[in-house]
Amino acid sequence: MLNNGREGVLVKPYERLNPNQVRILHQASLEILREPGIWCYNERAAGVFREHGATTREVMEKGTPCWRISIPAGLVEEALRMTPSRVTLGARDPGNRLLLDSEIPRVYFGTGSEANIWLETSLEEFESRENPGTLAKLPRHTELRGTTELLERAARLCDQLENVDFFIRPLNIQDDDVDENNHDVNKFFASLNNITKHVQAGLTTRERLGDVIRLAEIIAGGPEELRQNPVISFIACLFKSPLQIVDDTAAKVFDIVESGLPLVLSSSPQGGSSAPIEEAGMVAQINAELLASITLTQFIREGAPVIYGSVPVRARLDNLHDLYGCPEFNHYGVDCVQMARFYRIPCYSSSGVGDAKVPGMQSMFEKMLTHAYMALSGAQYIHYSFGLLDRTNIFSPLQAVIDNEQVGMVKQSARACSVDETAASDGVRTVGKVMDSPSRLFARHARKAMHSGTLSSPYRFETADASDRVIERALEYMDTLEARPARHLDPETIARIFREITGLLPKLKKAA
Amino acid sequence: MEPVEVIGKIAVNVIQGRVEAGDEGFDEGYEGQPAVTELVEDAVSMKVDPAKLILDGLTLPMEEVGQKFESGKYLIPDMLASAECVGAAMDILAPHLSGTGVESKGKFVLATVAGDLHDIGKNIVAIMLKGAGYEVIDLGTDVSADRIADTVSETGAPYLGLSALLTTTMRNMEDVIKKLGERNLREQVKIMVGGAPTSAQFAERIGADAYCKDAFQAINTLKSFA
Repeated sequence: MLNNGREGVLVKPYERLNPNQVRILHQASLEILREPGIWCYNERAAGVFREHGATTREVMEKGTPCWRISIPAGLVEEALRMTPSRVTLGARDPGNRLLLDSEIPRVYFGTGSEANIWLETSLEEFESRENPGTLAKLPRHTELRGTTELLERAARLCDQLENVDFFIRPLNIQDDDVDENNHDVNKFFASLNNITKHVQAGLTTRERLGDVIRLAEIIAGGPEELRQNPVISFIACLFKSPLQIVDDTAAKVFDIVESGLPLVLSSSPQGGSSAPIEEAGMVAQINAELLASITLTQFIREGAPVIYGSVPVRARLDNLHDLYGCPEFNHYGVDCVQMARFYRIPCYSSSGVGDAKVPGMQSMFEKMLTHAYMALSGAQYIHYSFGLLDRTNIFSPLQAVIDNEQVGMVKQSARACSVDETAASDGVRTVGKVMDSPSRLFARHARKAMHSGTLSSPYRFETADASDRVIERALEYMDTLEARPARHLDPETIARIFREITGLLPKLKKAA
Repeated sequence: MEPVEVIGKIAVNVIQGRVEAGDEGFDEGYEGQPAVTELVEDAVSMKVDPAKLILDGLTLPMEEVGQKFESGKYLIPDMLASAECVGAAMDILAPHLSGTGVESKGKFVLATVAGDLHDIGKNIVAIMLKGAGYEVIDLGTDVSADRIADTVSETGAPYLGLSALLTTTMRNMEDVIKKLGERNLREQVKIMVGGAPTSAQFAERIGADAYCKDAFQAINTLKSFA
């Protein structure tokens, strides 16, 4: 039992599906896995399914071997019985650890997910052409290519943002001296050396998994300490929708599962292109993909700590791009959270993504729609929630700061109700006292709640006069946060990491 | 308990904003201990000098509370709690003040004007003014111009505060001022108006002496009248 860690927010889950609808979708997913089944492009994975009773048939597809696999319901159900219902995600600071318990709807929000562009924002003063002398400050945005130094900056900022519970690198690193061989070690190190919260990422290449794990073991204090306090975990999208196991990803999944570290099994079909657009068909398919993913991992290693990673998204029908900030995204997402709860597996979900290209009213509209709704779903682990723009193509630190405030308010709003007999009696007593007083004013009696820290504060970036200065105020606040010292690893640990792990960029060698 | 000790405890409880023993303080650990009401009653039975009690136990701590509010450490409920402490203490002390040389800062008649039942803002003003040492005569809500004029006449109050929340009732403030003029009372009383729809321009137009946006401005305005 994790007895210290981040609080997150405990919610009373909103349930969109009734129990019968959950069973209907479960049966539909099992039917898909039996017929048409899945297309597997990894021989070893096909072998695992075959050894445990699935029917496999090898076919050649455009010169590539493929195994058509029909998975019987019993196999899935057997795997589900082996799957842990709780997963602990560690952190450099023990107070930042997370316990994902499928039976407790405690919600954590984190970042994501490998945007290529960093959006830098500054304010520029403009003068009105119609009214000379009238000045206004407007944001000027500059797009930068993602680098390790910007990833470090994102990690440092997210360490300071109190509502970021975990860190999935929000930026892809594209430095000239980073290639496939040293991509993984640099992205994990740049993150881990700048944030004390849980760090999670996908794996670029299997070849450096050992070094990534070694890096994490040095930070955690050893191999056993890392399994007790997994400061890192992984994400793998085993399936390319619809229903196709990718050869390369499957190989990575074998390695990660065998390492004993936690793994998000993610699937992200697009309703209208790689999955049905209708809710039932979409959820039946993504659930089938995730059930097959879970089944494979449990037969690789019984009890492997995995997370049900649902990222169902809808297609825009004008260009078939992902459409995140829409009601259907919420419908799909909440259904998946319920399916994960039905299977007693912790759920990874998404919120805070939209089409807006810059911070502003559109971005806040799109984000609030999913931040609020998905928080109420009770998903334990909600990623994508800070700083993303232009779907998942841009990371804006300014937007992350604004999102931090919004997620904070959402957490407060979603908090489960605390009414009980004692609270009601206290309320009755207070009403009586105030009615006996000459002023009949409750302000004095608000102090207990006010001092308890449970009351929300007014919006941090509000403007008192008739103007909107959210961006100006958020930039000022960001400057304050970024001026705080980074919580780097200690010099000895840094020295050891640079001695033992090859390919790390010297410019990342920063110690506490 | 020595008089110095009881006055010190009263001062602490004013800062903590504890009217009665059941109240929580700004800091933890006070609930259940004697608060301002109980301590002032003890002080009266001990025949503690009221003038010293008011200065060291109420006025000086209230100034400290004001500084804590200015610095952002205290919020409005903290300030109101402390002001209520002073008000409760003054209610207990009032019968014992004759011959002590202790005087209030002046009588302040307060009312929400006719047709308007809103009183939250008015009540906050009442608490704060009482805490600041004024003798507040609160007439309540929906008060006619005649009754307000009668009270000003009977009490000889030098200050009058009028409150309204509605655009439809704020115009009744002007009726009050006219009524005071008709009864030759206008020159004896400074009139302050407040409430969401009112403004400095409105105050000037109807012939009031000042517009106050909140209780703090009311206290500052009163200081400027003195």
